[in-house]
Amino acid sequence: MSLKTIFKKKKKYAQIPTEKAKQEIPEGLVEKCKHCGKIYYEKEWRQQLKVCPNCGTHHIMSAYERIDATVDDDSFEEWFETLISTDPLEFPDYQEKLVSDREKTGLKDAVVAGRATINGYSAAIVVMDTRFRMASMGAVAGEKIARTLETARTELLPVIIFTASGGARMQEGMLSLMQMAKTSMAVKRFSNSGGCLINVFTHPTTGGVTASFASIGDYHFAEPKALIGFAGRRIIEQTIRETLPEDFQTAEFQLEHGQVDRVVHRHELKNLLTTVLDLHSAEVTES
Amino acid sequence: MRQVLSFEKPIHELKDKIAELKKMAAGSELELDAEISRMESRLKKLELDIYHSLTTWDRVQIARHPDRPTALDYIGELFTSFVELHGDRLYRDDPAIVSGIAKYKGVPVTIIAQQRGKNTKDNLFRNFASPHPEGYRKALRQMKLAEKFNRPIISLIDTKGAHPGKGAEERGQGEAIARNLLEMTDLTVPIIAIVIGEGGSGGALGIGLADSVQMLENATYSVISPEGAASILWKDAALAEKAATSLKITAKDLKALKIIDEIIPEVKGGAHRDLSMQAAYLDAYLESTFNRLRKIDKQTLIDNRWNKYNNLGGFTE
Repeated sequence: MSLKTIFKKKKKYAQIPTEKAKQEIPEGLVEKCKHCGKIYYEKEWRQQLKVCPNCGTHHIMSAYERIDATVDDDSFEEWFETLISTDPLEFPDYQEKLVSDREKTGLKDAVVAGRATINGYSAAIVVMDTRFRMASMGAVAGEKIARTLETARTELLPVIIFTASGGARMQEGMLSLMQMAKTSMAVKRFSNSGGCLINVFTHPTTGGVTASFASIGDYHFAEPKALIGFAGRRIIEQTIRETLPEDFQTAEFQLEHGQVDRVVHRHELKNLLTTVLDLHSAEVTES
Repeated sequence: MRQVLSFEKPIHELKDKIAELKKMAAGSELELDAEISRMESRLKKLELDIYHSLTTWDRVQIARHPDRPTALDYIGELFTSFVELHGDRLYRDDPAIVSGIAKYKGVPVTIIAQQRGKNTKDNLFRNFASPHPEGYRKALRQMKLAEKFNRPIISLIDTKGAHPGKGAEERGQGEAIARNLLEMTDLTVPIIAIVIGEGGSGGALGIGLADSVQMLENATYSVISPEGAASILWKDAALAEKAATSLKITAKDLKALKIIDEIIPEVKGGAHRDLSMQAAYLDAYLESTFNRLRKIDKQTLIDNRWNKYNNLGGFTE
């Protein structure tokens, strides 16, 4: 045994269950909190909507998990689900990456859109799924968001967008950047006709999505600790040559700086959305 | 000191040789005229070869040339009665964006432009043309004034991107850009955006949603810098040249993708070679677009603007 091994620091990793414990918990039936390491049965994890009861960390949800957690049972009708990227730039390795993310997630791209009811209130819903290319915004994502806003405009539906994104879809080059224009323009048209846009910022919402439709909703709600910002932390630190505070660009930071209306615990989100939808439906019936 | 771009080296070497020969010929009895004229015709051919087959990376270098004309250079050449207007009325004035009113061909217009510095000191003052949120908000204030007084907007784009900084994030860089895109959607006056140097991502688009988007021949417009893309995709910033080509950032590429509407030719070797000639080229394109857009009624203008962006491709069903 070398000296190095003797003095090696014991790493503070989460406890790995013993062989016996492993036998007791069948594989795939437990989930571990990525923050505090606590282990939960899958059923409880689902009931908690992937929020750790121990430390409160809101874990990332897939698009359909989010939809299940938000809308009334069997009320979701998906829109535009056949849209796929044409790889317009024939960018190196992009097709392969799309194919592998499709296999991994079962999604065709990073955005799922459709119509549903939430405690009886109808709404159009858009969810961005970070498992697919970090939910970067390419032509498909932009088109789905714009189409949803246009459909909701003609059908007089409020729109709820669960935002999440690593930014632009680099492999689609400038066509990706143009989705910022397209989605923002669709928001304006929707807004001009009196449409109500509720954006729920989830972890992480950055780059071109923050600099377009996400930042110009009527109501901005955010999940606790969600990262929300335009430029990446590393780029900012390199540019200003200082270390940024821990809470920089968190939902709480954005609340303090006036960019979001409320930070909302995931367990209270459905109720809040219901209340806001109700307040808007009341306005319509009385006028 | 002149800056020699790497692809131009053979040209400069030949030019130096010719100059040397001429000097020798002047001071001696040697008969070098034939040799000089032979070399000069070789130079012509060489220039033609090089400047007619510029790669994406060559153009990136031209677009970044320190002597490349800046927005204020063109403003001086193209407009009269320019009155610069400062400040966003909310926080401060952002020198990375120059804005104001002026006349173009005798017609009042609003100018919004990203301004690079001419030297290090100037660049520090201009923050290398990377705007803060207050820059975008100043631009928005000018746009609203333009609409109120029915002035077309001419936007000159030249930035590496919106500033990635602490204060910029605290004051809502994302919101500032998004708000401009939202408001530019249905401004009732024509918007013409011209990329004169580098068009850096959302920072460029924040003043670049337009009825006509034009690019100088050697300008670039990209969602991410080639260096940034290379380091993210291939963990190697040295692959920037490959990334630049793959990202399709030249005027020619972007015209084919229908992201821009016009390519404005540059003087041989790049805009920095001859400002007044370059301004004349730009003027010709600007004038015809300006006259065309001014004739379109407000609602058609807004409808066309929406259709242009909404019809961009890249997907299939």
